[in-house]
Amino acid sequence: MRSRALRVLMILAVAAPAEAGVKIEHWIAGARVNFVESHALPIIDVAVEFAAGSAYDSREQAGLARLTLAMLKAGSSRYSEIEASRRIADAGAQLQENFDLDRAGYALRSLSSEAERKAAAQTLADMLQAPLFPAEAFEREKARAIANAREAETQPDRVAERRLYELMYPAHPYGFSETPDALASIKREDVERHYRNRYGSARAVVTIVGDLDRDAAKALAEELTSRLSKRADSALAPVATLAAGATLRVAHPSTQSHVLLGVSALTRVDPDYFPLFVGNYSLGGGGFMSRLFREIREKRGYAYSVYSYFRPYEREGPFLVGLETRRDQAREALELARSVVVEFVKHGPTEAELKAAKKSLVGGFPLRIDTNRKILEQIATVGFYRLPLDWLDEFPARVEGVTVAQVKSAFARRIAPEKLSIVVVGAQD
Amino acid sequence: MAPARAAFFALALASSVQANPHEFTLANGLRLIVKEDHRAPTVVHQVWYRAGSMDESPGTTGVAHVLEHMMFKGTRRFGLGEFSRIVAEAGGRDNAFTSTDFTVYHEQVHRDRLPLAMRLEADRMANLVIRPEEFAREIKVVMEERRRSYEDRPRSLLIENLLATAFAAHPYKWPTIGWMQDLENMSWRDAQAWYKQWYAPNNAVVVVVGDVEPQKVLAWARRHYGALAPKAIPARKTLAEPVQRGLKRVAVKAPAELPYVRLGYKAPVLRDIAKDWEPFAISLLAELLGGSDAARLHQVLVRERRVATSVGADYEMVSRGPGMVFVEAAAAQGRSGSELEAGVREVIAGIAAAGVTAEELNRARVQLLAQLVYKRDSFFAQALELGELESCGLSFRDAERIAGRLKEITVEQIRAAAARYLVDDGLTVAVLDPQPLNPRPASSDVTGVKH
Repeated sequence: MRSRALRVLMILAVAAPAEAGVKIEHWIAGARVNFVESHALPIIDVAVEFAAGSAYDSREQAGLARLTLAMLKAGSSRYSEIEASRRIADAGAQLQENFDLDRAGYALRSLSSEAERKAAAQTLADMLQAPLFPAEAFEREKARAIANAREAETQPDRVAERRLYELMYPAHPYGFSETPDALASIKREDVERHYRNRYGSARAVVTIVGDLDRDAAKALAEELTSRLSKRADSALAPVATLAAGATLRVAHPSTQSHVLLGVSALTRVDPDYFPLFVGNYSLGGGGFMSRLFREIREKRGYAYSVYSYFRPYEREGPFLVGLETRRDQAREALELARSVVVEFVKHGPTEAELKAAKKSLVGGFPLRIDTNRKILEQIATVGFYRLPLDWLDEFPARVEGVTVAQVKSAFARRIAPEKLSIVVVGAQD
Repeated sequence: MAPARAAFFALALASSVQANPHEFTLANGLRLIVKEDHRAPTVVHQVWYRAGSMDESPGTTGVAHVLEHMMFKGTRRFGLGEFSRIVAEAGGRDNAFTSTDFTVYHEQVHRDRLPLAMRLEADRMANLVIRPEEFAREIKVVMEERRRSYEDRPRSLLIENLLATAFAAHPYKWPTIGWMQDLENMSWRDAQAWYKQWYAPNNAVVVVVGDVEPQKVLAWARRHYGALAPKAIPARKTLAEPVQRGLKRVAVKAPAELPYVRLGYKAPVLRDIAKDWEPFAISLLAELLGGSDAARLHQVLVRERRVATSVGADYEMVSRGPGMVFVEAAAAQGRSGSELEAGVREVIAGIAAAGVTAEELNRARVQLLAQLVYKRDSFFAQALELGELESCGLSFRDAERIAGRLKEITVEQIRAAAARYLVDDGLTVAVLDPQPLNPRPASSDVTGVKH
């Protein structure tokens, strides 16, 4: 077992040691554990996550990963479904499913008083390590998933997002959609198999923040993961780069066209992460300060919401641009958004824009870690992607170090405008 | 130790550490509430104007929210976009929201930048410039916001229709974003008039929560807000909704797959924290109906009978206008809207007739008390609670009494509140009638793109 601790200072707090920021204690005990001790509030937050997101679905059974996560709540060796939910509620605790392309898991928030914490933790521990997947609950949860999938196909924002991911990732599980047919084909044994394969300790990450000491945190992490199998890990397939983007127009009776542009772009450990992240602030990430906001919303009133973002994953996650606008002006709005991106990719930000972006991101760093919840989410990401433990502390300096030339170069290499796939739902006639 | 007792203990511990809001009133009538919390070197600054969509008139619905948008368009001192640029370059985040009861502007900044946030908010409290050409652009943005948040969202449309049906007279009957026709007919002069009428230090409460010293905050507030002149704020009539005398019903047709129902029961809200018990009983009722997977609606409708895919219940006890308990449910595949509605009403009727168990009440109580503790993780959530109480005719001091009142509620009071309010006479039922999309296959195609 390794153990190490880091003491770090937030950049704006160097003159005031009392403000020393996030101190992460890290150890490996089967699962990887990151712990931040904080006694200011009688609360503990704990997240347990696995490499078991939708990326581990097959196309034919897309939805299996999400269904497996939901089924962990449906009864375990010690507690029936209703007993488990009552135990959580009776402790005043809150249990939340965390699910995305890479990750699946649960976040538990509990009072730190011993009886509550123990009751909540025991329940979660049994859910994670001894689920029974009762047949009846399985049929019910499967039917709910199918109903939700059908509902999603009627809502323009959901349709746009699904179609875009299908275009960006035609051959990668990041692009698989949970269709009613795929969900209908899933059997209870598939859930058991998926659980056996994916919920092992090798890629389990436990993050604990809050009002308990290191010994108690160790015991908690142990309780939550020591009964997991030691199952070996398997890697995700790489994302194939597309030769060109595709365009899809989908009919829908909505009053607005939902316009999305996107391309697979970067991983969580990408060397271009900071140039792209900081550059995107000026393009479409910085709200009122971004070019997309100014051109689309402020100057022309085309849209209420217009944005761009990078969503890094284990494999190349998307760069995405989105807006919603009245149908009869969708063509102009799309062209304008595209030309703003093209212009930015070609010339990068101005020195003034980059300076403003850095001021905002560096000055705003304390706001990224000013609640236990935010710290939990940040540290869980650091843990899952095995980022250096000083990743958060280094964040301001890494932002500060980005140059216009780096942004320009990174965008030029990653965001070839002809590779952007485009979806318009509720297209203009 | 029984779980419930331990939870109460944790709560007491939390409030004894945190209970400190300080209250000041400036000579011009501006109220300032400061809550010190030194967990992180940041601060939340919120300016609450006691003017929301319930203060509007028919024909100009939505103007409170339109003015909120115009507040980012420049003042006599700062040009278009300057406000957000200055906040962003200070590492801050700023935004605003409008509700039926109030309009709130907020900044989150490092504690050293609080005076800057105050300077900017004080400036736009008095010096806003509404340019007709900026208004003409921004009103389009607001219409896009309405399309996005209501026109194309069936479940939001349903809420809008539910309120329009439930209230015969009270301004809660129109949506805060306004009717589209009113937005189309709105002029920059409407926004100007709204600003002149309501934006003044004596109609505002400033709430500051974070790593600050109250006396310093007071000094900054005096410097930035202190010089602003108060205005004569029009007297507000008490707006009472006539008593509902029987079930009301509305259906909404919109593109969707699953039938969905939302029920609204008229209910009282908190006016006097020492005397009123019903709002606390109703909060607990809403929690034990829909607060978690262990709650009645989920257990009966989702798990046992499989009529619903999802359920929820909601009640806000702090409000300037009349209150309402909402219950919502989305149907399971193959279940009709009427089956769903019947299922929901049967669960509620069961509680109104037979009450709840002590176990259920304790569970709901522990959940609500724990949520009060969890709220303290966020400066923003704490500021919201204080500002809302102040803006709705209560006192920020009441925040600390809520837990105590929740602890007193008995099973008998729950039964009495359910029997009195969860009944058909005060009920409005809104049903989403899902319409097929009928896509034209020819218009859906994938092409390689050449730009």
